[in-house]
Amino acid sequence: MIHANIVPIFKKEFRQIRRDKRALGILVFLPAFMLVMVGYALNFDVKHLAVAVTDLDRSALSRELVERMTQSEYLELHHEVEAAEDIDPLLESGSATIGLVIPAGFSNDLLSGKEAHLQVLIDGSNSNTGSVAQGYISLAVRDFSNRVAMRWLETRGVSVPIAILLEPKLWYNPELKSAKFLVPGLFGLILMIVTVISTSLSIVREKEMGTMEQLKTSPLGSNEIILGKTIPYLLISLVAATIIMIVGWWLFDVTIKGSIPLLYLAVVLFLLGGLGQGILISNVAHTQQVAFIMSVFSSLLPSFLLSGFVFPINSMPGFLQVISNVIPAKFFLVIVRSIIMKGVGVAPIWEQFAYLAMFAFATIGISAVRLQRELSR
Amino acid sequence: MTQELHNEHAVVVEGLTKRFGNFVAVDSMSFNVKRGEIFGFLGPNGAGKSTTIRMLCGLLGPTEGSARVGGYDISTEPDRVKENIGYMSQRFSLYEDLTVEENIRFYGGIYGLEGAQFEERRQWAIEMAGLRGKETALTRTLSGGWKQRLALGCAVLHQPPIVFLDEPTGGVDPVSRRDFWDLIYNLSSEGTTVFVTTHYLDEAEHCNTIGLVYAGRLIALGSPTSLKSKLERYAIYEVVSENPVDAMDLLQKQPWVAETSIFGSAFHVSTDASTGSDAEIRRTLEQGNIGISRIQRISPSLEDVFIQLIAEESEK
Repeated sequence: MIHANIVPIFKKEFRQIRRDKRALGILVFLPAFMLVMVGYALNFDVKHLAVAVTDLDRSALSRELVERMTQSEYLELHHEVEAAEDIDPLLESGSATIGLVIPAGFSNDLLSGKEAHLQVLIDGSNSNTGSVAQGYISLAVRDFSNRVAMRWLETRGVSVPIAILLEPKLWYNPELKSAKFLVPGLFGLILMIVTVISTSLSIVREKEMGTMEQLKTSPLGSNEIILGKTIPYLLISLVAATIIMIVGWWLFDVTIKGSIPLLYLAVVLFLLGGLGQGILISNVAHTQQVAFIMSVFSSLLPSFLLSGFVFPINSMPGFLQVISNVIPAKFFLVIVRSIIMKGVGVAPIWEQFAYLAMFAFATIGISAVRLQRELSR
Repeated sequence: MTQELHNEHAVVVEGLTKRFGNFVAVDSMSFNVKRGEIFGFLGPNGAGKSTTIRMLCGLLGPTEGSARVGGYDISTEPDRVKENIGYMSQRFSLYEDLTVEENIRFYGGIYGLEGAQFEERRQWAIEMAGLRGKETALTRTLSGGWKQRLALGCAVLHQPPIVFLDEPTGGVDPVSRRDFWDLIYNLSSEGTTVFVTTHYLDEAEHCNTIGLVYAGRLIALGSPTSLKSKLERYAIYEVVSENPVDAMDLLQKQPWVAETSIFGSAFHVSTDASTGSDAEIRRTLEQGNIGISRIQRISPSLEDVFIQLIAEESEK
């Protein structure tokens, strides 16, 4: 039962948004701005790690080791110091992440077939960087010791076939750039914030002003009021979504491999859930401050922490994994990453689609029933 | 309830009750409002005036009882009721971030006004509110009186036969209040039924019929004149004394005094018309060594009526 009278509400809502330059800015440009900020700042790529070296051996082999280690873009030789003790202050001040001590007699031990020792100190205060650095170092050292062993055997006329050649191929994000992984995730996060906050605030504002009461004494039904007020935000969020995709492509090279209509279908379902959540909040909250706080706590925080946006869900404690199952952003992220990065069709992600549809149906349904009851109380 | 009664009455209320938990906000109220009259709902804050009006406008469902507005049942035909009413609350309910013109356009739109009809009503509303030349001003920049008239204009843009005004003059200066009552008279003379709540007694004098509400109950109903005649068995005196508190205390103890109450710098004493007199009051106060500078019999105001009726009601 929807009247044509819904149109004046649209028009009014757009006028109010247009007049409130700040709100318009928040709705349209903040998302793109956040994308740029987070896209550049939230970078998990570990490159150009600073290495400090104390070469007490001073041999051709030790020099070769240092040279081989630091020829990639991952490790860079920043300091060469005289004594092992000099490395500590460099690690403490953060001007080096990795300290390498090559003891005297390193090449003698190696060439005479004994075990040669190499001391590596890693700044583990950032666990992510620390473990990546450890990985780089052990790969580089293994590679180096293989080369030395081969050379040793070759000088004795033994040729060794290399049994296994590992050829890793990284799919979907071959350069392993974190922006490509994060941008689709940001997409969900930003849309969620925009829709939940803006719908809940716009409805609660009318309650605060007393205009909601005025609307309720008009022939408009509650469905029309809510639809008239939320559809403009849905449209604006779709514009914001498009801006995010364009900025993502332009600045971070994120191209959409899959079907764009399918992506938009997911966005619309996700936004409907967000609108429903916003309406539910506006049912409970009586002031804009309360509505804002409830919106942030129920959308921003869980969407950021429990969606797999940054932190993998599989490594969370069990109860958090259970909770994460009610966060729509988690399912939306799977869909968006699958469509944007892997270019999949609907088949592998239909369950996530079904969940988003369920969430939207549930939130909008519950709020419609509540509104109806509020009117007939 | 016959059809005839509905033709004659714009609002028919029968045993209307609203409870919030244990609190009875409106206690089985029954009354009728005639077509085209100005019906004033008078009572202190929290007496249940707004709750009643909110039920009649379909904003709240009644706990018990029923009411018909414009001939439609508020519980079973709320949509028809809403088509026939205009509603304006104390908060003026305008969009402050829209212009005068945009507010009119919006309210016209949701009531489905268009074309020439809308244009005519738009002109009417701007003229009525005295906002000619201010059409493009943001509503938040208007003063209280203008906002109030614009809110009334928006509420009756669709020319509803019945209009509900919930404390429409709250927070507005006295001149704007008088102008506003002129608008209410105009509406009424054009045949619109006006249902208005107020706690200003001077405003109640402007109404054709007054319903006196106290603690959720309708304690008196009638024209201002007929309500005042309820006090015929009392004689009311205005007394000016240097010590009004002790004077009132002393008088209150006399068997022939019904009620005393402060009125500005003086106080009013209502006495039994047969046994009380100004001489009696003067003698009592002189015996108590309380000086008086003036004493005079007055005709009762609505306020006297109200105070007397509330006193009687609380004694029950």
